[in-house]
Amino acid sequence: MSMAVLEILVYPDQRLKQKSQPVAVFDESLLQFVADLEETMRAGPGGVGIAAPQVGRFERIILVDVSCKPKIKNHGRLVMINPEISEQEGNVVGREGCMSVPDFTGNVARWDRIRVKSFDEFGSARTHTMEGYEARAVQHEMDHLDGLLFLDRLVSRRGSLFPRKVYKKN
Amino acid sequence: MKNWFMLTLVGKDQAGIVAKISAALYQENCNLGEASMTRLGGNFTIMLMVQFDGLTETLDRILKPVSDSLDLRYHVDSIDGELHHHREPDVRISVHGADKAGIVAEVTRVLAGAGLDILNLESDVAGTNENPLYVMNIEGVAVNGIPALNEALKTLDCGEDVEVHLSEIDILRG
Repeated sequence: MSMAVLEILVYPDQRLKQKSQPVAVFDESLLQFVADLEETMRAGPGGVGIAAPQVGRFERIILVDVSCKPKIKNHGRLVMINPEISEQEGNVVGREGCMSVPDFTGNVARWDRIRVKSFDEFGSARTHTMEGYEARAVQHEMDHLDGLLFLDRLVSRRGSLFPRKVYKKN
Repeated sequence: MKNWFMLTLVGKDQAGIVAKISAALYQENCNLGEASMTRLGGNFTIMLMVQFDGLTETLDRILKPVSDSLDLRYHVDSIDGELHHHREPDVRISVHGADKAGIVAEVTRVLAGAGLDILNLESDVAGTNENPLYVMNIEGVAVNGIPALNEALKTLDCGEDVEVHLSEIDILRG
């Protein structure tokens, strides 16, 4: 299968604000798209996730792979189609950036632990339980499916004496 | 437009300052870049990148009436300005505890010695007059790595009633 790096939509492109539709058919063209989406994610510097609407395809498809980060619990390469969070707990603030919002990062609060139901690219249903950085990546990408960017969820930098789940006390 | 200036405005706070200053600048064809406004001890403070095809004196003529009408003091410097050159921090140090003289000097001395390049520092005094509480957040780049900062913080001498926490900032790019 040949793969292509797709063009990333950049905010304020209003197409990024639209809601994406569920995938109904799992076919050859979906597999090709997922391959292109992965190629696009890996072409970006340090990208650990991507969502279909970021490349102008408004279907509920995300891809996450945080395995490049050392010492972080992860499930490796995850293609998640029609993902839904069924359980969540904890709240943690972390720094996020986005390929669709160049040259800006900000602090965002996310669920610390989530359970996510989704389908893989072949249409098999499964459930993942995840936490921390990987859970943050999935929530960031799932937001794209509802037309939300991390800009919509920024918490103030000033006065952000937020409790960290992991910290080193001197 | 080519010339960038750094405009600093300080004075008694009141509602509407930012709107009036930015309107005066916009009407004279100034372009605004990055800015940081905050209240410090009840005072209004802002630092504002202003792009303007003209001289410092011309900017002065634009600013004086609006600044005077708001009872503010201002200062203009010609700067080498560039947008889209953000550096991202990889470490955050938060300090909180009893307010006492020398905390900033001691913490930043130790961190600078271990290779911290500070990008952002904010501090506040909370609590009450009788029991002031000092809170400081520093974000920066650990030029010599985070272990070096952790080691250095072990030598910190701020007393038991001041806590210092270091956490890595691992930016998620999605």
